[in-house]
Amino acid sequence: MASVWVFAPVSAEGAHPSAFELLTKARSLSDDVAAVALGPGASGASESLGRFGAPRVFVSDDSVFADHGAAPAAEALTSLVAEHLPALVLFPTTYEGRDVAGRLQAKLGSTLMSNATDVPALDRARTEIFGGTKVVDVELGGAEPRLVLVRPRSFAAEELAGAPAPEVVQVPADVPDEAKTVRVLERNEGSESGVKLEDARVVIAGGRGLGGPDAFSMLDELAAAIGDAAVGASRAAVDAGWVPYRYQIGQTGRTVKPEVYLGVGVSGALQHVVGMKGAKRIVAINRDAEAPLLKMADLGVTGDLFQIVPALTEEIRRRRSG
Amino acid sequence: MLRIVHVVVFVKFVPEPQGTPTLGPDHLLVREGAEGALDPGDEYGLELALRLTEEQGGEVTAISMGPEDATAAVRRALAMGAAGALLVTDPVLRGADALGTARVLAAAAGRRPFDLAIAGVESTDGYTGTVPVTVAELLHIPSVTAVRSLEVSDDGIRTERQTETGTETVAAPLPSLVTVTAGAIEPRYPSLKGIMAAKSKPFETLSLADLGVDTALVAPEQRVIEVTEIPPKTAGEIVGADEGVARIADLLSEAKVI
Repeated sequence: MASVWVFAPVSAEGAHPSAFELLTKARSLSDDVAAVALGPGASGASESLGRFGAPRVFVSDDSVFADHGAAPAAEALTSLVAEHLPALVLFPTTYEGRDVAGRLQAKLGSTLMSNATDVPALDRARTEIFGGTKVVDVELGGAEPRLVLVRPRSFAAEELAGAPAPEVVQVPADVPDEAKTVRVLERNEGSESGVKLEDARVVIAGGRGLGGPDAFSMLDELAAAIGDAAVGASRAAVDAGWVPYRYQIGQTGRTVKPEVYLGVGVSGALQHVVGMKGAKRIVAINRDAEAPLLKMADLGVTGDLFQIVPALTEEIRRRRSG
Repeated sequence: MLRIVHVVVFVKFVPEPQGTPTLGPDHLLVREGAEGALDPGDEYGLELALRLTEEQGGEVTAISMGPEDATAAVRRALAMGAAGALLVTDPVLRGADALGTARVLAAAAGRRPFDLAIAGVESTDGYTGTVPVTVAELLHIPSVTAVRSLEVSDDGIRTERQTETGTETVAAPLPSLVTVTAGAIEPRYPSLKGIMAAKSKPFETLSLADLGVDTALVAPEQRVIEVTEIPPKTAGEIVGADEGVARIADLLSEAKVI
């Protein structure tokens, strides 16, 4: 039976949530599923990876996989693949997933497909192009394993009822020196407060139209007035350095599917749209009536966001107290 | 401090972001006759390369793979200040996948020693986001992705990069490849002088055979078998600011989120 593997980025907090989504999909493709978790936190994450359908988890807690970029993980995966010959390896679309998969495709000569939204078969991947106006089915050829980077939240994660504790297979961490030349000297973890973007029923995204970092406090106030709301941003706002990367909604960044998405000063570049088009209702506030986001919104409001947003916060407070 | 002598910047010709892209009967993007330009995301890497070499000497080469029209993108890189350019163009490369593209770019970059290779994090048309790292692996050099700032130090480069949860300070020896995020620095506009000077700068155009890459190595292993249209969403309503506030509040009430 052709096996399907899931590359699961791990940290002290456990496995990246995308890994559970990919394992849920992998189960539907094969009875022979495994997860690969490399770096500090891997052993701790193996039990949860088992619950989502990995009967076997390849792990190493060695810090070599966290301190030298993607090359050590690509080395370890190359050896594992040569030994076990999986047919398909799924990666979450994160910087780490891209970097490891990108190096692996060079080492293996296997084809690597990016931005998949579905994996209908072992040799098929589906993606959306032109801002989600067309669905494209792609046949993956060449040598196994095929490598596919899947967009977050393409599948709903479901635990496997009655899954036994997984078999944990230790991965050697004897990475060659050439793969350790990149050195992480310092990490600055941002802290996330309040409702998580992915969990919030309302997502308020700020874009270039906000003009600077200060205007984001206006969005925080609106979110607080609504309650179950979180603030995100377009890549333009993140690239400008106004808010940290963890705010970014889009192709590279987070995917949100809230009840209501409210874009404030967001133009609606394709980069951003693929991360929010799954919202049930889309509202856009923009000065420019030609902004693409206004055209795809259920409700578009044209005008000065610096007047509209505070007025909206007031209106919501008034209605809630009334 | 180490001296950077030669920086390679990978640039891509992409369809005009405001245009309407179309697929041909072969399910490949129609590139002929379509308006295109230098990928705006590539200008940040170019700017970074130009500032590095302006500060400490050295020169920048722009490398691209694409249709003949891609000349326009490469010319802009020259006009911004690249000293020379190399475009690999060949009908065989139409529809090349990420691995084939990376093999071509690696072969092109490998023709002359470089200290640093720079690319954008992802292209603005395909968003594949893996080609630069694959090039680095093919060339057996380190890579640092999603870099926001970079400085040259005694033993290589020190970079500030984005991560899922924050930032990291990462060091790497030279030669290395980095991908840079947009927005970290403001790219320059080509001056009239730069545009004029670009016309006399070395600009090599190579076929796959010129490059010495076997066509079998660039045959795509990804084949589009079906394209399905998603029916466009019916357009919503657009209102002015006066009416807008109450209408948004109404919508939030209907969605039962307030």
